[in-house]
Amino acid sequence: MSFAEIVRFALRGIGANKLRSALTMLGILIGVAAVILLVAVGNGSAQAITTRIEALGTNTLTVMSTSRGSGGLTPRVAEALDDPVLAPDVRSVSPVVSAPATLTYEGAEHEVTSFVGTTPAWFTASNSPVATGSVFSAEDESQARRVVVIGKTVAEEMFPGTDPVGAQVTVGGALFTVVGVLKEKSSAGFQDAGDTAVAPISAVRQVLAGYGGLSSILVEAAGSGRVDVARSEVATILDERLGAGAYRIQNASQLLETRTETAGTFTALLGAVAAISLLVGGIGITNIMLVTVTERTREIGIRKALGAPRRVILTQFLVEATLLSVIGGGLGVAAAVIGSRFSIVGVRPVIVPSSVLLALGVSVLIGLFFGGLPAARAARLRPIDALRYE
Amino acid sequence: MSATRPVLDVRSLTKVYGEGETTVRALDGVSFQVERGEYLAIMGSSGSGKSTLMNILGCLDAPTAGTYLLDGVDVSRLSDVQLALARNRLIGFVFQAYNLIPRTSAVANVELPLAYAGMRATERRRRAMFALDLVGLADRAELQPNQLSGGQQQRVAVARALVTEPALLLADEPTGNLDSHATEEVLSVLDDLNAAGRTIVLISHEEEVGARADRLIKLFDGRIVADSRQAPVGRHSAAGMVR
Repeated sequence: MSFAEIVRFALRGIGANKLRSALTMLGILIGVAAVILLVAVGNGSAQAITTRIEALGTNTLTVMSTSRGSGGLTPRVAEALDDPVLAPDVRSVSPVVSAPATLTYEGAEHEVTSFVGTTPAWFTASNSPVATGSVFSAEDESQARRVVVIGKTVAEEMFPGTDPVGAQVTVGGALFTVVGVLKEKSSAGFQDAGDTAVAPISAVRQVLAGYGGLSSILVEAAGSGRVDVARSEVATILDERLGAGAYRIQNASQLLETRTETAGTFTALLGAVAAISLLVGGIGITNIMLVTVTERTREIGIRKALGAPRRVILTQFLVEATLLSVIGGGLGVAAAVIGSRFSIVGVRPVIVPSSVLLALGVSVLIGLFFGGLPAARAARLRPIDALRYE
Repeated sequence: MSATRPVLDVRSLTKVYGEGETTVRALDGVSFQVERGEYLAIMGSSGSGKSTLMNILGCLDAPTAGTYLLDGVDVSRLSDVQLALARNRLIGFVFQAYNLIPRTSAVANVELPLAYAGMRATERRRRAMFALDLVGLADRAELQPNQLSGGQQQRVAVARALVTEPALLLADEPTGNLDSHATEEVLSVLDDLNAAGRTIVLISHEEEVGARADRLIKLFDGRIVADSRQAPVGRHSAAGMVR
């Protein structure tokens, strides 16, 4: 008996029990789709977090004072860090002062949580380019010119529909000219990264912050691979100037690692839930297959009595089980691919290829095992025992 | 195949079920021969071992002791594949419970043994239709077993048993589940087949079914108590006229 003939027999077997076949395939479909989709959601959220953190700039270090009075960090300390001999892996150093402030323009008021004073290097270091207008220059900074770059949110709030560049806003009783608007930036956490304004540090100190210590110092490393070296160089200089323990160095890539780990845990958790659903689906398949064993065993008995060789019977039932699980699994993959086009709980799922292989592999194995095993056992029986099977 | 060799040659066949104290000797040294073209009825009350004997004759079960030559070949020496071949080519088996494959059309059921014999689909269909025609069910070929009456199902089963043109047709209580009308339908088909030269071995506990055969073996407690030739009674009137 040719293989094509056996396949035709298997197809007829599937068609003869449409409801049972459909239920079996549905079980596999749901299991496979759940695994792929849930892992894709976990993966998608992990990727979203990663891109957000990468937007912060991963090759920067933020130096902050640990003492409340912020007496430690001074512009002189910031200058000391910009030392090509002691700190060759530092590309730029931006001293930062920030204070809450209220911006006023033609009667419209807007409060920003951080009015930032810094140097032009900050824009590249913090990965905050302007969308319209330009950043202020080093000369603006040295002359303490009152110019300001405002964030996207501020621009939308205070200048709805108009170009803010060239307008004059009042901050702390002084007039600042808007020279640029920052490009929109995805925010990490709950703070709106667009709700900010950036001006030359000299001007901000004059008008708002006074001549006390700096809020922080933003250090840009020469490359993402040299962040750790830059960190130890900065630490050496700071230890000498301020003493160990007076400051704290934060690194965005550290943050990234932590978040990625969290996201990994999240994905693993979702994967576990999905695996359980696959398992439950698998048990469902097993159940359906086992329930039909009695009927199928009798059928095998009849076929043997009519002279079917064991090999032919085995092949037929294996092909049946394989077709059911492969079709069910394929439909599950299709369902998952379609499902991943929609965002689920605010996350755009990104399918992990290995999860597709795993889910498909497991479901096919379950189908083969529990479809094939009882058939194999029945095919070994004497025809009379198979016929009398209860 | 020599003409003198018996189709069936059974020598001191014994079948024991169970072990120890619960041992049951279903068959206890049964010997007989069946010549080509014979119509043999095996009768006995329930528990006399007739079904056990039938299952062994059909190669569905193996005896505990004794030899069974089917068409001159010792069945106990056959491998699994050869046994499948013997069931397929040499034996047509009709069960009391019909044993058609459910949710499969009558003609597909009849085709099944031919498919296992490796016959091409078109030739298979032609022969299956011919066999169905022989039992008078050509117009019911596409119906499924649950759409057929008991007598019709059993006739489909007979068609399936004879479609490979086996040397031997074995029928295990073929009318056990049928009413008198359906019994007559099935038995007349068997009469016609025997008249056409087919060897038939039939099991029954009904006297009128046994009366149709031209040889009667009576079993009691696993032993043959009577083996007699008889003039068949009540055969289908058309018997001997087909072919």
